[in-house]
Amino acid sequence: MTLWWIGNLVLLLAVFPIVVILLKGVLDAARTITPTVRGIAATAAAGSEDLDAAELLLTTQEQVKQTVAGVAGYGGSLDVILDDEEPR
Amino acid sequence: MSAAAVVLIIAVVLIVLALVVFLVATILELRKIVAGLDDVIEHVGGIVEKSAPVNEVVTTINEQLDAGVELLEGLLVKKAGLTDAVGLVDGLYPGAAAAGLRAFPESTEIVAPRIGEVYTKGTLTLARLGREAPIAAASPGEGLLRNVEGGSLAARALYPDGRPAVGSESLPGSPVIGAGAPEQYERREDIGAPRKRFPAGRS
Repeated sequence: MTLWWIGNLVLLLAVFPIVVILLKGVLDAARTITPTVRGIAATAAAGSEDLDAAELLLTTQEQVKQTVAGVAGYGGSLDVILDDEEPR
Repeated sequence: MSAAAVVLIIAVVLIVLALVVFLVATILELRKIVAGLDDVIEHVGGIVEKSAPVNEVVTTINEQLDAGVELLEGLLVKKAGLTDAVGLVDGLYPGAAAAGLRAFPESTEIVAPRIGEVYTKGTLTLARLGREAPIAAASPGEGLLRNVEGGSLAARALYPDGRPAVGSESLPGSPVIGAGAPEQYERREDIGAPRKRFPAGRS
């Protein structure tokens, strides 16, 4: 009977607090992860929205092609109307 | 039932309750984390999808711009010469001569002439547009040195019947100067000689 009481005391005064402390630690850790994940999600969403303008690069690419083509035509005209460097 | 058994049962129930409460709370938090990570994965997938063609597009744009730069540099060097081209670039953008022209690595070794300080913008181009371009005196305060509308008419007025050949009566050649000049003048001896000194008594 004495050993039983000792077992009960160990269960109540040692095992139960240890179980509570460990489980609370796990719960606190999990609760700290949640806002971090929300922050990452918000950042990823903002980054994704920022990249919406990436589609405009296709327009930029086309405009650069047209501009360089215009410059090439203008350069060709200049090549015709301007004299080359005279040999020194 | 003995008191020890009751205490044991109470202890076990407390432990089980603690397990249930904390584990359920942990499970709920983990579910929130999973939902948040799902959002993250969705947005990151969007980022990956949207940024996938960026590399190719930017590379193409850079290639196009490189081609344009090479074209313009090549044209500038062809028309003005490498030295003057470096001088022009350095005149417009001081310090740019150190970087040189991209298509001409040897341009970094050229000492840039001070073309930008001697001529206004476009003067060299006007000079090369035709040897007879009326550049006149440089006027740094004005952008245009040649009257675009009237310049051609004014030049044409000089020779209404067309420009005569060089050496003809109406367009004599340049005067000959120096030892071969038709008019030779004797050099005055007093030029360069010590200045005459008058007597000290004369005032």
